[in-house]
Amino acid sequence: MDIKKDFPILENRNIAYLDSAATTQKPVNVIRAIEEYYKNYNANPHRGAYSLSIKATEKYENAREKISKFINSKHKEEIIFTKNATESLNLIAYSYGMENLKQGDEVVLSIMEHHSNLVPWQKVCKVTESKLTYMYINENFELTDEEIERKITDKAKIVAITHISNVLGTINPIKKIINYAHKKGAIVVVDASQSIPHMKIDVQDLNADFLVFSGHKMLAPLGIGVLYGKKELLNKMNPFLMGGDMIEYVYEQNTTFAPLPNKFEAGTQNVEGVIGLVSAIDYIENIGYDKIQKIENELLEYAREQLSKLDYIELYLTSNKENHSGVISFNIKGIHPHDVASILDAEDVCIRSGNHCAQPLMRYLGIDSTCRASFYFYNTKEDVDKLVNALNKAYSMFKRYISR
Amino acid sequence: MEDLDNIYNELIMEHSMNSYNKKKLNNVDFSEIGHNPNCGDEITLEIKLNGNIIEDMAFSGHGCAISQASTSIMIDTLKGKTIEEAKEIIQTFIGMIKREITDESKLEKLEDAIAFKNVSNMPARVKCALLAWHTIEDIINKNENTF
Repeated sequence: MDIKKDFPILENRNIAYLDSAATTQKPVNVIRAIEEYYKNYNANPHRGAYSLSIKATEKYENAREKISKFINSKHKEEIIFTKNATESLNLIAYSYGMENLKQGDEVVLSIMEHHSNLVPWQKVCKVTESKLTYMYINENFELTDEEIERKITDKAKIVAITHISNVLGTINPIKKIINYAHKKGAIVVVDASQSIPHMKIDVQDLNADFLVFSGHKMLAPLGIGVLYGKKELLNKMNPFLMGGDMIEYVYEQNTTFAPLPNKFEAGTQNVEGVIGLVSAIDYIENIGYDKIQKIENELLEYAREQLSKLDYIELYLTSNKENHSGVISFNIKGIHPHDVASILDAEDVCIRSGNHCAQPLMRYLGIDSTCRASFYFYNTKEDVDKLVNALNKAYSMFKRYISR
Repeated sequence: MEDLDNIYNELIMEHSMNSYNKKKLNNVDFSEIGHNPNCGDEITLEIKLNGNIIEDMAFSGHGCAISQASTSIMIDTLKGKTIEEAKEIIQTFIGMIKREITDESKLEKLEDAIAFKNVSNMPARVKCALLAWHTIEDIINKNENTF
C-alpha cells in the first residue's frame, strides 16, 4: 500500500515532510469532501427554513455524532466545535477555571505543556489568586508516579496535562493521572492534540473531564478543533463567546442561553472544517489505528536507531520506547537548530526548529531550542534516510568551525 | 544549495563560531537586549561612544550562525563611524535584506556586511540577519537627543 499516493502535496513535491506534529498534510478525500460541500451543500446551518440549509445542518450535526462515536463520548452534545485546541483550552480556562477556582486552590500542569495549555492557566490563576504548580520530568524525560502524587495535592482543583509532549514525544500516563486527580477531588483537562492522530482515544475509558484536540494535526483542514467535556460540567458552565445561535431569548438587557452544544458555538461555524474533519476520521478509520501504530512504530524504531548512530547529535528522548510517540527532538552539538533547519531545507527535508511553543520546558532542559523531526504514517524509511543524509551534510559544513 | 553555500561561507562561519566581538566592555554608554521571540535568539549589544563616534562595540548572547555573524560583522562595520554614518549604513543593510536597495554602488558602504545579501532569498532567515541591526536602530532612535 502506497499511502503517499493519497496525499497530493507529497506527490507534487519531492520532500521528506517531517513536521506533522505542527500540521499534517491532507489526503485527497479530505480535499474533495470540502470541494463537494461547497459544490452541493453550502448554506448556513441552523438558520434557514429551506432544504439546502437543512441539509447543511444535517451534515454539521451528523459530524458531531461521528466525532462523539470516534472518541466514545456518552452524549453527542458533549462535543463542541472550536477553532483549534488553543480555543478549546481557553474556553475551559475561562468558562470553568475562572468561575470555579478560589484563592489558595491549585492548578497543576506538567513542565512539558505547550504554551496553549499554560498561558491561559497563568492568567486564570492570577485573577483567581490560585497557585500554578508544575510536575517536572526526570532524566528520562518522563513524569514519575512520585512526582504526580507529590504535585497533585488536596488543594488541586484542576490538572491540565498533555497526553503526548509535542517536544519530547513522551506519552504521559494520563489514565493514572486522571485516577489520582479524581481521588484528590480535581478535574482533569487532557490535551490530546499530539495523541489522537496516532492512537485511539476513548474519553469514557480515560474518564477525562475535558479533552481537546485540533483537526489539522490529524489530516483535517486548518481552523477546526474539538472540545469534549462531560455533560454535567458543560451544563454548569457559562458561555465563552456570545453571539448568534448560542441564545434562547434575547431582551434589551438580558439573555438566556441555548442548551448544549449550541451554548458554546456562537456565530456561524466552520462547516467546511467540520466536513473535512469527518472525512479525515473516515480516512483514519479506514486505515485503522492498529495499522497506523504498526507503521509508525517501525518507522520510529528505525529513526531512533539511525539518529542514535550519529555521535554529533544529542537526543531528547525517553529510553522507554513504549512511552514514545511521534516526535524526535535533537540538537547537533555546536550548531543552532535554525541553521540545521535551513541546511535541511536545501536538501528538501522539512523539520521544525525553535522552542516549539514550550519555553518553560526548554528552560528546564537548559537549552534554547531544538530541531524536531515528527512522523506520521505517510512517512517512510526513505524520509528518515534523507534526514540522516542531510544532517551529515549540515554537520560537515560546520564541523571545522565547531569547538575551536 | 547555492544560496546556502553563499551564506554559510568562510567569513560568516568564522564570525558566527569564533567572534572576537563577543565579549563584555567596561563603562559602556548604551546596552540593549535584542530578542527574537519566535526562535529564542537573544543578544545584548554594548556601545561605547567618543563624542558622536562609535568607539567600541561588543555583543553577548546566543543565536543561530546568521544572527551571530550578522551581529559581529555589524560591529566591525560600524566601529569608528559617526552616529550619522551608522544610521545610513543600518538603513542600507535593512534595505538590502528587504530587497529595497539592490544598487551595488549603494551597497558598497556595507563593507563585509554585504556578505548577507543572499539572506534576502531566504525569507525564513531574514529576522536572524536583522536582529542586531534592529537592536542598534532602537538604541539610536531611543537616544536620539543625547547624541
